[in-house]
Amino acid sequence: MSMPSIRTRPLTIYYDVPIARTEKFWNGIKEGKIYATKCKKCGTLYFPPVADCANCFSSDMEWVELSGEGEVETFTHIIVRPASFADEPPYTVAIARLKEGVRVLAWLTGAKKTEIKVGMPVKLEAKVTPEGRLTYEFKPLK
Amino acid sequence: MRKVAVIGVGMSRFGVRTDANLVELSFEAVKPALEDAGVEPKDIEYVPVGTVGFWYEEPLPAVVIAEYNGLTTKGLVRCEAACASGSSALLTGYTMIASGLADLCLVIGIEKMREIDTRMVMELIGRAGYYMWEFENFGMTFPAYYAMHATAHMAKYGTTEEDLAMVAVKNHKYGALNPYAHFQKAITLDEALSSPMIAWPLKLYDCCPISDGAAAVVLASEDKVKELGVDTPVWIAGVGYSSDTANLSKRVDYVGLRSSVIAARQAYKMAGVGPEDLDVATVHDCFTIAEIMAYEDIGLCKKGEGATLIREGQTEIGGKIPVNLDGGLKAKGHPIGATGVAMAVELVKQLRESAEKGRQAPMKNYIALAHNVGGTGHYCYVTIFRR
Repeated sequence: MSMPSIRTRPLTIYYDVPIARTEKFWNGIKEGKIYATKCKKCGTLYFPPVADCANCFSSDMEWVELSGEGEVETFTHIIVRPASFADEPPYTVAIARLKEGVRVLAWLTGAKKTEIKVGMPVKLEAKVTPEGRLTYEFKPLK
Repeated sequence: MRKVAVIGVGMSRFGVRTDANLVELSFEAVKPALEDAGVEPKDIEYVPVGTVGFWYEEPLPAVVIAEYNGLTTKGLVRCEAACASGSSALLTGYTMIASGLADLCLVIGIEKMREIDTRMVMELIGRAGYYMWEFENFGMTFPAYYAMHATAHMAKYGTTEEDLAMVAVKNHKYGALNPYAHFQKAITLDEALSSPMIAWPLKLYDCCPISDGAAAVVLASEDKVKELGVDTPVWIAGVGYSSDTANLSKRVDYVGLRSSVIAARQAYKMAGVGPEDLDVATVHDCFTIAEIMAYEDIGLCKKGEGATLIREGQTEIGGKIPVNLDGGLKAKGHPIGATGVAMAVELVKQLRESAEKGRQAPMKNYIALAHNVGGTGHYCYVTIFRR
């Protein structure tokens, strides 16, 4: 039985997230490269890239290109999608540790579901979607 | 620090509560809590309200709730720690009294999640990781965050989909006996295992429902307990709290929650007790894998042996340590801001030996533990109660 209710005025929000301090990362994707940041003072490597070091509080960072090669630590196949992904077919998300030591969370594409396993070798690749979104995804490492 | 007691508890029925708006729902918890404590709104000094919001229309929920319940002019704050918001509100009330700033607090936990559709709830909760790195391009959902833990736990310890389903069956069994539960219906192992896939390996019955609900507790100082002549105060004997990285990719591992381990250790230390002293516990079973990890993280068993506890029935009444006898988040429901406060309501009922027939844990030491996680271990609060 449905209960009586009043529908509110609609609310549509877009956030414009500043990327001035990590712009090289986003531009790198367009060139097919994945960058991390490294603290020049203490050497800590960061992915996702950051402008400030949480380890030693220095803001003197340098850009380092990642090899992209890594191994799946865990994954899931998302069947029930959120509203803004409703038009996508179900997708697989994995977390892999790259050989540089940082971990990355991204979609894993180009593999049969049955082939995807913990420990599977993968390669992280930069990607510009048909809609122009800047992203990156794992592919099986042949 | 002064001693703090829970002297009154109340909760609304959890579920799809389209019959009541936000403030009306809060009233269903506040009224019985105040009556149980034998106090009136005018006696209350401070009101922490645990709620996340965004799925309901009010941006300042604490003020509309306070106005509706006759609490205007009282000290008021909204506490947010994702799905542990209720416990963060409880800790706020606790510290107000323990510090000597107040003698009587009303802690409210509430969430109204069914005013928007399911996909939009999936959207809003999915964004509640590190939006920019987990949602913007990858569309993570909450089942998916926990599914990644299930995948890792299964790969490392041999935990199976059937073990996960057994948690759902147990919690539904007790939910069926709880008149406040969202689902008051037992389920079979086959039903759980054959339910639709949500985020592999988690199926529909591995996931808690999206619920509306409210819970409230009245906290009092020892002086106030004496003044009011409360006959069965339940004391907060220990509190523990911790947090973990926003990015799941930065965690130590995916087979447990570090914040649970730290928070539990703190709470046990403060209370001067260990897991073996507990008579009953509520753990944060937003997904079935979360209950198995919680067994391990709060020390009910060794790391990697969580599945054994559920297989052997050790977390049912008659077992080593009964867990989630109110149905847990899985069957009682999970109105996220209400959950931590509802855990306190449940454990006070257990310690007073007044739980409904068939779901009362046998009491030996009169010690109970509540474990409440926010996000995917982003926050954790553990509270130990003692009668």
